[in-house]
Amino acid sequence: MADIEKLRKLCKLMVSANPGDHFHALDMRFTRLEEGKVLAELPYSESIVGNPETGVIHGGALTALLDTCSGFAAISALDDLAICPTMDLRVDYMRAAEPHKPVFASAEAYRVTRQVVFCRGVAYQDDINNPVAHCVANFIRLDPEVSAKMTQMIEPFLEGIE
Amino acid sequence: MSKITGIAEIIQQAQSASSPELIIDAVPYARLLGMRSVYEPDDEGGALIFHLPPKKSNVGNPTLPALHGGAIGGFMEMAATIHVLMSMDVVKVPRVVDFSIDYVRAGRYEDTWASCSVVRQGNKLVNVAIQTWQQDRDASIATARAHFLIE
Repeated sequence: MADIEKLRKLCKLMVSANPGDHFHALDMRFTRLEEGKVLAELPYSESIVGNPETGVIHGGALTALLDTCSGFAAISALDDLAICPTMDLRVDYMRAAEPHKPVFASAEAYRVTRQVVFCRGVAYQDDINNPVAHCVANFIRLDPEVSAKMTQMIEPFLEGIE
Repeated sequence: MSKITGIAEIIQQAQSASSPELIIDAVPYARLLGMRSVYEPDDEGGALIFHLPPKKSNVGNPTLPALHGGAIGGFMEMAATIHVLMSMDVVKVPRVVDFSIDYVRAGRYEDTWASCSVVRQGNKLVNVAIQTWQQDRDASIATARAHFLIE
């Protein structure tokens, strides 16, 4: 399994290293990391509203949240600290997210094979049993040599992260 | 607080003026992405395509650099929503039921384009296919499909 402490630092690096990028635009936060399981939070913001009359956020922001959360869950299920590209993602929208409230996401890697990490996730507000959206997402594993190289490349950057 | 112009009114204006930009300008998330729309000349009076100019707030990986997969997905989903509004006689924002995306190439930090087509329109449900490309229109970076409920 991945070193959770290093994984936590990698997540922090990814969401904070590039001010003004998409992570900052959405203000996504990762609140919990375990082996194969990740929790995240997307605060409510006027800038992600999809319907200006109701104030409901756009599905695209949820897609970004679930993609990122599932992607970190995929990384957390692997031995090497290596980023896995998203192969595909499907989001089912159960209901509109209530405005002015954060959306939480929980994602898990439920199957790891030599080439692919299979993940699923759920986005919710007050109650995980009354979800806003569900997702399934598959991630491609990099070749072992490539991912070992990536681990080597990433590790020095983690040293400065608290 | 003064009431903003109703979204139904904006949609009607956009439809009658063939100006999807009116909708884009009214939707905060579309403005956050920085997307635009253009009509490409074709035999039937112009095909609507969507443009996502490079914008730092859509970057997910600074080392390549590459666009965030979520920004690409959001762009495609937004494009599909506007495409439905512009090609049908509806004034309520269509409700997305599900959205499925295949990422087939890395989205580089450059101009990105999307085109949509309605695969099937029923009484309540619309199926839309979305293609996204960068320099080469024949080399999609992602393909997606969405189901919308319309009223």
